[in-house]
Amino acid sequence: MTAQRPSQGAWAEAGRRLFRNRMALLGAGLLLAIALACVLGPVVLELDPHFTRPELRNRPPSGDAWFGTDALGRDLFARVLVGGRASLLVGVVATLVSVVVGVAVGMVAGFYGGKTDEILMRLVDFLYGLPYMFLVILVMLLFSETARGEMLPVFVALGLVQWLTMARIVRGQVLALRGREFVLAAELLGASDARVLFRHVLPNIAGVVIVYATLMVPSVIILESFLSFLGLGVALSWGQLVSEGIAVVNPVHSYWWLLFWPSLFLGLTLLSLNFLGDGLRDALDPKARE
Amino acid sequence: MGLSEAFGLILGLVVLAGTTFLPKAAIRPLASVLVGGLAFVALRVAVAPLSAALAALALAALAYRSLPMVALRRVVFLAPALVVLIYATALLMYAAPGNPFANERAATPEVEAVLRAQYGVPENATEFFFVYMRRLIAEGTLGPSIKVQGRMVEDLLGPAFPVSLSLGLFALILAVCFGLVLGIVAGLKKNSLADHGSMALALLGISLPNFVIGAGLIIVFALWLGVLPVAGWGGYAHLVMPAVALALPNAAIIARLARSGTVEVMQQDYIRAARAKGLPESWVVGKHALRGAVIPVVSFLGPAAAATMTGSFVVEVLFGVPGMGQWFVKGAVNRDYSVVLGTAIVYFGLIIAFNLLVDLAYAWLDPRLADAREAKA
Repeated sequence: MTAQRPSQGAWAEAGRRLFRNRMALLGAGLLLAIALACVLGPVVLELDPHFTRPELRNRPPSGDAWFGTDALGRDLFARVLVGGRASLLVGVVATLVSVVVGVAVGMVAGFYGGKTDEILMRLVDFLYGLPYMFLVILVMLLFSETARGEMLPVFVALGLVQWLTMARIVRGQVLALRGREFVLAAELLGASDARVLFRHVLPNIAGVVIVYATLMVPSVIILESFLSFLGLGVALSWGQLVSEGIAVVNPVHSYWWLLFWPSLFLGLTLLSLNFLGDGLRDALDPKARE
Repeated sequence: MGLSEAFGLILGLVVLAGTTFLPKAAIRPLASVLVGGLAFVALRVAVAPLSAALAALALAALAYRSLPMVALRRVVFLAPALVVLIYATALLMYAAPGNPFANERAATPEVEAVLRAQYGVPENATEFFFVYMRRLIAEGTLGPSIKVQGRMVEDLLGPAFPVSLSLGLFALILAVCFGLVLGIVAGLKKNSLADHGSMALALLGISLPNFVIGAGLIIVFALWLGVLPVAGWGGYAHLVMPAVALALPNAAIIARLARSGTVEVMQQDYIRAARAKGLPESWVVGKHALRGAVIPVVSFLGPAAAATMTGSFVVEVLFGVPGMGQWFVKGAVNRDYSVVLGTAIVYFGLIIAFNLLVDLAYAWLDPRLADAREAKA
């Protein structure tokens, strides 16, 4: 309890700082709006992203199809909203996977130190230097017949490569906490390692973890869009829609809406996540601010 | 994945972890031998064995005499890491469903056995690994491509390698120059319009996937203005758009690093001292502040190179650039094991070489930091 009492005040203080940051609030609001539209929109408006209308192919935006239609006459508005579900879900779940792995590795390395630390950080350095797209593509291939176009492989593959930064940051934080009086006190009172880690260390690094998790979501979404672009990602996501839009870029016909709308939603989401993440960093980790 | 594969992988990781505990005296000779070995295998593909051996020997001697300890430690770790990477890649390829000989017309078991023997692709990943390594070290070849009939992997990657290398290097240089200028300007004029503008630009660069940037560039510069070719490879004009698309996300990160580095260094006492003794501001910035901005950027260059390679997979496909990324993607989808391994080796070799260069640059820029890292390690 001693470790948590003062930090509740710190949380409230951080909340106040966050609310004073207009860009972060704007990001949070925009994100909420996009997420709600993607989750509820298709249900409320009864939109079907796969329904084809051959008579309405490649139509520009109109009152009938707000974002226009694609080469098969499918409503782009429906596709952008449903695709957003996949992109957002991949972003959140793959981030959660890598947060769990990264926090676990970082806490163990920082807490036990010595050889354990050295070995784990060597591994992290090694993986950090790899062009991780290799690993992602190879892991995606494992699922190429059983779960092609589904989300599970993407969660696994992206979660596997994204935890490195988190592990480094958490390790640094734990290393700093390791010598603090309240940790020593808990250890002297006979608390087990697990209790010290979860009860005293974890609450004190939670803020930093939240900040970097928020900043990780956009990079996961970008990676998923890379995979979609290469034809290895989720069947219907923003990345997939953007690459469909790019495929029809040519000097003769301009189907600009096929590229514009998914790019806009993707860009706005990533931008607001970064705004929110930067705001959270300023609020929760004031030391990181210049 | 069977028991023996798991055992092999764990053994590899144990060896990797073991390099941490090597006594200090052993590192210099071991690293030099490894540098020589790596150079020999790499040069064998290009030149005759004898001259390759001589060049490798010279490089090993050079490494023994003049590489800083940080770089030596890195070699001792990365050379076995390359072997583990080859093994792990082979395991993953074999674990993926399908194989290079499975096509529409199912081959009889006898035919498949002949093909497997001919291409050096046994049924088992560990056997394949040994066949591959023996071929690589003893014969100096990356093996025949399984899907591109009658071609060796080095013949396929040979023309692609300079393409990817020049694109990647150009993108990296662009990212560093652009990022440093933006970051230093922003850091010197903290909270000014220039600062907010640069950082907004940087945020945009981080927030857009490179193929969206690339598509925007194509539409504006190739289709509307018609000043640059849409796609393909040939002259300098073909290099511009892919390199910019590849550089912008890294430039954005570098700009942020350079900004916080500059802000921090400008608060140091020695800057105040330099100003107090009446040095012109340009001298203060050029001589002292620049170093503070550059050091965090240099330590980011290793990851930036990896990120550039990752991005190049996508950018090469978008702009139809005939580089190595395309071969990797194609090879992975077609289960062309030797092409996948060949590209992985070349990419990882590039990363090793690049990280060594970064270590050297780091030691040169800030000997104190290099010593500190060595003392810690």
